[in-house]
Amino acid sequence: MTERLPIIKTYKLAIGGKFPRTESGRSTSVHDASQNLVAHVCRASRKDVRDAVDAAHKAQPAWGDATAMLRSQVLYRLAEMMEGKREELAKAIGEGGEREVDASIDRVVHYAGWCDKYAQVMGGSNPVAGPYHDFTIPFPVGVVGVITPDTPSLLGFVSLIVPVIAMGNACVALASEINPVPALVLAEAIATSDLPGGIVNTLSGFRDELVEHYSSHREIDAIHAASVSDEHRTLLREGSADNLKRVHVHGDVDFFDEDACESPAWIDPFVEFKTIWHPSAV
Amino acid sequence: MATNGTSENPAGSAPRRLDLRAASGGGLFEYAPAPESVRPEIADRYGLFIGGEFVEPESGSRFASINPATEDTLSMVAQASAADVDRAVKAAREALPAWSGLSGKDRGKYIYRIARRMQERTRELAVLETLDGGKPIKESRDVDIPLACAHFFYHAGWADKLRFALPGRDPKPVGVCGQIIPWNFPLLMLAWKIAPALACGNTVVLKPAETTSLTALRFAEICAEIGLPRGVVNIVTGAGETGRAIVEHDGVDKIAFTGSTQVGKMIAKAVAPTSKKLTLELGGKSANIIFEDASLDQAIEGIIEGIYFNQGHVCCAGSRLFVQESILDTVIDKLRDRMSSLRVGDPMDKNTDVGAINSKEQLETIEKYLGLGDQEGAERHDVCSSSLPDKGYWCRPCFYSGVQPSHTIAREEIFGPVLAVMSFRTPEEAISRANNSPYGLAAGVWTDKGSKIFDIARRLDAGIVWLNTYNKFDPTSPFGGYKESGFGREGGRHGLMAYCR
Repeated sequence: MTERLPIIKTYKLAIGGKFPRTESGRSTSVHDASQNLVAHVCRASRKDVRDAVDAAHKAQPAWGDATAMLRSQVLYRLAEMMEGKREELAKAIGEGGEREVDASIDRVVHYAGWCDKYAQVMGGSNPVAGPYHDFTIPFPVGVVGVITPDTPSLLGFVSLIVPVIAMGNACVALASEINPVPALVLAEAIATSDLPGGIVNTLSGFRDELVEHYSSHREIDAIHAASVSDEHRTLLREGSADNLKRVHVHGDVDFFDEDACESPAWIDPFVEFKTIWHPSAV
Repeated sequence: MATNGTSENPAGSAPRRLDLRAASGGGLFEYAPAPESVRPEIADRYGLFIGGEFVEPESGSRFASINPATEDTLSMVAQASAADVDRAVKAAREALPAWSGLSGKDRGKYIYRIARRMQERTRELAVLETLDGGKPIKESRDVDIPLACAHFFYHAGWADKLRFALPGRDPKPVGVCGQIIPWNFPLLMLAWKIAPALACGNTVVLKPAETTSLTALRFAEICAEIGLPRGVVNIVTGAGETGRAIVEHDGVDKIAFTGSTQVGKMIAKAVAPTSKKLTLELGGKSANIIFEDASLDQAIEGIIEGIYFNQGHVCCAGSRLFVQESILDTVIDKLRDRMSSLRVGDPMDKNTDVGAINSKEQLETIEKYLGLGDQEGAERHDVCSSSLPDKGYWCRPCFYSGVQPSHTIAREEIFGPVLAVMSFRTPEEAISRANNSPYGLAAGVWTDKGSKIFDIARRLDAGIVWLNTYNKFDPTSPFGGYKESGFGREGGRHGLMAYCR
């Protein structure tokens, strides 16, 4: 019996809860460690970034208004869906895949729990010197552009997007350039979870082509990035000069280190603290 | 005495409204002038405060700091060059290891000493602030200086509690902080910048605005007086070029800037290639929304305070007023009435409500916007009956009715006593129009309906929302904006984040 010829899948982009091909009509191939062709992926363009930002903006208000408890349950459900795709995700990662998938699922569970606790830990009541009730609470910043590291392809992606969406933001995430497949498999898990379409939009493509469009897009409210080149870091920070984006670029991160990656400090850059005063005297 | 319930507004009594103009024969009540009599000593010339002592600027050049209410020169202030800034940064760098290595408790005690010494010298500081900046003495005496002291007092207590302040972090100082502040609340903005920086173990190089350097220099004297270690606080005076030298200096680890959005963006661009941390507190065009079910007289007071406080030189000024349509005419009448009794004039008079515009340049900016407001077809109301002094920089407070959202005065920050009044019908409309601005610093909402007010507070894109009040500040209460009003918070526990790694 001859060996069956496998079907090579072309992974599409994930925008607004749908899986469109790139508007550019371009694609690239992904190979495994032994240089075998494993998949084709889209090479996203500026137009795809813009479409994804539009989708994120449409979806964000309802997600931001959802109760913290509901967001928490939805993220936990995402962990459940990832558990179901454990083998596919591990295979897409390759060497060391299982360990990375486990860590990724656990990271989702960690941040799922923050949804309804962050405001208690990081918000607060301010004892002002006067007859006022004064309190500070976090709100989502809006749409966050996320530039994820090449490796670990899944855990890096998950670690950058989950703190962002936990507090009610939507994101437009660029997957690992070397191996975007795990992030694209994750997009399929997301599509079958309860996360509303448009909250996590996943693009594959080249940072050299796309980072400048993240930086200059005026409807992107914040940037979360890790393991980018100095040149891209500067470019992203310059985005601040345009529309005052909140830009947070990590240096080297050991994504397997729970102490380093699981903390409200990962959420802080993507909330706006709003302080509300009301007289409390009659 | 009422024995039961409230005695106010007994049933059947006719509503009584005092007509101030009629009562005073068509003008203001006559008040005898009540000038502040303390005269702080002001030196003829000041140096730069670097490494714990006043030093000559390298270039030897100075510029005049004038009293905007009289146009008299108060003193000659040093112009710091890039070389001077470099000296200041080096002094701050040298001081850093010892200062950040000090126990939190001792750092706190130094800051307590600063707070106490400022409290003991409040009257002198208030008068100096008013002479140099033009703000009414009652505001510098009752707001600026007490809040500045309170800011140091509050932050002093954080110095040995940082490990409890920021969950998930191991707080370490950022390093040398370059701080650039505006002219609208000179000493208070200095306090907002320096107090948290020192509490977190940083050293600073601060540049006050070129028109209001004197209280910062007096603060430098206080630092020396209380024995603050040399180089922990350095004050360099000068204009934009001095600020640029701070922003571009390699030895600065963090920039904190309060000022215009335009300059804030330039700073963001300049620090992009570096590892400098950045916080920006920028402009605003804040909305004040008044519903038909508000306590109207209380709301009018809040609106007046929201826009005319400090001559409107307030980044969070409530400069766009949205009035529910059914009460528009009433609100306009009441605003005219209240405005007619505002006292504009000598800032040193304790009765004065609105003082001098901070500088000739700012007066010209405000006048440009008044010209545009008139040209674009809004109706100007400037019924305040004070006569303006002949010398100095003055602007009669005013508001515009019939303003369209597209008018320049409804979109751009004026930084003066100018209010744009617009109307709305539904809460939805009020929210969407209030949020339709690139800025997002503050907002005000006036209604007696609790569930409505908190829903609207939630939906406004603003870092500070004042409900049934306006322009309240406190060291424990974080301040800072959404969107193009900047990023980071100042004050409260949240303000510490900007000064820790």
